[in-house]
Amino acid sequence: MSVGIVMLVHTALGRAEQVARHWHAAGCPVVIHVDASVPVKTHDAFASALSDLPDVTFCRRYRCEWGTWGIVAATQDASQLMLSRFPEVTHVYLASGSCLPLRPVQELIDYLKARPRTDFIESATTADVPWTVGGLDHERFTLRFPFSWRKHRYLFDKYVEFQRKVGFKRRIPEGIVPHMGSQWWCLTRRTLSAILQDPRRPVYDRYFKRVWIPDECYFQTLARKYAINIESRSLTLSKFDFQGKPHIFYDDHLQLLRRSDCFVARKIWAHADRLYQAFLTDSEGAMSRTEPNPGKIDRIFSKAVERRTRGRPGLYMQSRFPNEGWENGKTAGQYSVFQGFAELFENFEPWLTRATGTRVHGHLFAPERAEFADRQTVVSGALSDSPVLRDYNPKSFLGNLIWNTRGERQCFSLGPRDNQAINWDIAKDPNAQISVISGAWAVPLFQSNRDFADIRKEAALLQKIESDFLDVLHSPYVKARIRIWTMAEFIESPMEPLQTIIDEITQKSARRLSEAPHMADLSGFGQFLQNLKNQGMHPHLMGDFPVTQDTTPRDGRPPKPYLVR
Amino acid sequence: MGAWQSYRLRLKRRRFLIRCIRKRRELRPVTNRTKRIKPGDILLFSTQRNEAVRLPYFLKYYRDMGVNHFLIVDNDSTDGSVDYLAEQSDVSLWTTPRSYKRSRFGVDWLNWLQMRYAHGHWSLVVDPDEFFVYPFCDTRPLRALTDWLDASSIKSLSAMLLDMYPKGRIDAQPYKAGQDPLEIANWFDSGNYTIQKNNFFGNLWIQGGPRSRVFFKDMPERAPALNKVPLVKWDRRYAYVSSTHMLLPRGLNQVYDEWGGEKASGALLHTKFLDTFTVKAMEELKRKQHYAASVEYQAYATHLKQDPDLWCKWSEKYINWRQLEILGLMSKGNWA
Repeated sequence: MSVGIVMLVHTALGRAEQVARHWHAAGCPVVIHVDASVPVKTHDAFASALSDLPDVTFCRRYRCEWGTWGIVAATQDASQLMLSRFPEVTHVYLASGSCLPLRPVQELIDYLKARPRTDFIESATTADVPWTVGGLDHERFTLRFPFSWRKHRYLFDKYVEFQRKVGFKRRIPEGIVPHMGSQWWCLTRRTLSAILQDPRRPVYDRYFKRVWIPDECYFQTLARKYAINIESRSLTLSKFDFQGKPHIFYDDHLQLLRRSDCFVARKIWAHADRLYQAFLTDSEGAMSRTEPNPGKIDRIFSKAVERRTRGRPGLYMQSRFPNEGWENGKTAGQYSVFQGFAELFENFEPWLTRATGTRVHGHLFAPERAEFADRQTVVSGALSDSPVLRDYNPKSFLGNLIWNTRGERQCFSLGPRDNQAINWDIAKDPNAQISVISGAWAVPLFQSNRDFADIRKEAALLQKIESDFLDVLHSPYVKARIRIWTMAEFIESPMEPLQTIIDEITQKSARRLSEAPHMADLSGFGQFLQNLKNQGMHPHLMGDFPVTQDTTPRDGRPPKPYLVR
Repeated sequence: MGAWQSYRLRLKRRRFLIRCIRKRRELRPVTNRTKRIKPGDILLFSTQRNEAVRLPYFLKYYRDMGVNHFLIVDNDSTDGSVDYLAEQSDVSLWTTPRSYKRSRFGVDWLNWLQMRYAHGHWSLVVDPDEFFVYPFCDTRPLRALTDWLDASSIKSLSAMLLDMYPKGRIDAQPYKAGQDPLEIANWFDSGNYTIQKNNFFGNLWIQGGPRSRVFFKDMPERAPALNKVPLVKWDRRYAYVSSTHMLLPRGLNQVYDEWGGEKASGALLHTKFLDTFTVKAMEELKRKQHYAASVEYQAYATHLKQDPDLWCKWSEKYINWRQLEILGLMSKGNWA
């Protein structure tokens, strides 16, 4: 019994040579396919560098452009060569030149030996996979794709559109159900030879030649036809980003890869010297007998995808400047805006600080300066209190303040004397809590000792401004939580509205949780998900569950109990 | 974007290209080692004037990062920097006594050199006082980044200018040749930047930082732009428009995501504010070779006489790129 390695190579031939030697040293025969676009000279140098290894052979070369038939043709040819040339081979492992074995090859051989009839190939029906790019899932199998997606995107898209409009449909050959999955598989001799020797193979080949990205569906579909026992997952650890291209591993992933317990990882950056050195030389590295568990790596990469597609709420920066409505959180955190409170209550700021423990500013948008808490001239993030700087871009100013003080709720006063430029922004922001006592701006005028003609003029102006603000707050686009009282209403019973506002700000739950509801028994859940996958249904909304429960320790001994003293 | 605007931008780009071809006559080669540039090499382009004291560390920093060749235009230096650069085996040097201002602040000269030598290469355009940091720059060389950008079909990377300054008087600690300027100027403003979108060129216009806070607090609209796109997979038809703030075709300025996500970006640590700055500011004020009648330098000169301290209680001390990423000044995007 042995495992044959089919290697598809197109760049970084030096690395491919290293890996081929590694496989060969462990007793695995290797068949290498070199992309036809590699210059003859380079190819010959590569071939002669490996000529000292008896069980490394090369197959016919095809041009392997991404998403075309060439890759499948190359795989077929190489597999055929492998099966006929090395009769002792029982499993064939498809790998690329940038794949790197993470565990000693012997462990892979033992693992497969223990599962002699299992085919490891990710294979799911089209309806259940989340990873299709460009919205083409089932249509891959029913449309024609004569134009290159990479080089002639426009024509590609237009032709797809045209076929949809006309209602064109290709017929799927009888006897097969389209499945898709990772192109890196490990098949048994039995299944692979059945696929390659099928009398109807010319029919299937002709059909799949015109399917888009056949390398992700040819073997995945046909394996379903012959395999006895499909384990629908790839033994090759390979993560994809939101555009469907593989994530790349670098030197700083060394520890993560070590702990993943996966057999092979892809794709490795060709210059990641430390990775190649670590995994190709020390064989005793990880002597584990466990199932692959790529959970940690999965989380890191899905976080990266999340960052690229959703971003951090409330962040505006050089590489994130969302259009209106796409902010995923207009600001980074909740804040409260008070209008009229500081005028009506003499010690409103210190009182609110005491009552809520939040950061309470004065009139942030006052014409004289931004009245930061404690009247600092600069606050978090080196944000200046200069009114000119603030009014240059009031929206950025507020966004910066909330971003810079993430984790600490901000409260500030607003009034008709202040800059009104942010009215719409705060009104449409679900993070804002706006409380208004309308008309309270009259109190300072009442207390002032100014010429009455002046007072009259100013009162008219302030009333107009506040009335405009209230119109904004009454608009149907408002997302903020808004409370408005007239001054007369408010002074009748001030405690009640104040209590409501404070409760909403502090949101203290009365008690800490002392018990959780009882969770269902989940032992075997990972296996259950795997069984679904094996049936061609690809559950992905649960996140990544390891196949075996994580509680079984690496060496089979029960985990040490925690001592509580 | 309508056809008319697209046509106007195209004309503009053509004009810049013709202009830089015309301006090539101003450059006199001192040492031209560009024959040593191999396909796939990462190139760095820079202009410099009397920066002899900064050059040793500058070259070391970028060599360690993985830059393969430096193409530098010297503008009439008198401090021996020409001789120093001419000795370096990975530097090609041109010199010119002509006006910095009339070459649009060096852009024409560099556009020409890029057109001639950078076609098909990753090209990094930085000044001798700018230090590029990018996600994972402490563990991965620049080639890892450019390979990833290639694989992701990304042609340009944004790196915002982050002004660094010392604590205390700018001229308190003398800078010695070969020293890491970040040992002295290691503070920055973390969250006072304003962003506007330029709809014509499609770039973001970022202002703020210590220069806005201290020098331009009365005229923030004239504060210097901090948005930069220094790393580009160059094509001979590309042209920088004004410094490295924006370039044409305008698709290259689309370094930010508009649908909520974060694209990958870096930062340029700008170590202008060392003890060398006071002298330089005075000189530049006399030469009047800088942007908008050197309004920037006028502002510096008046402030620096009174109180040359940019530090404040809320300044942030620089640690590494991860700190910048957490603060939201740069992003890993989907590079992990």
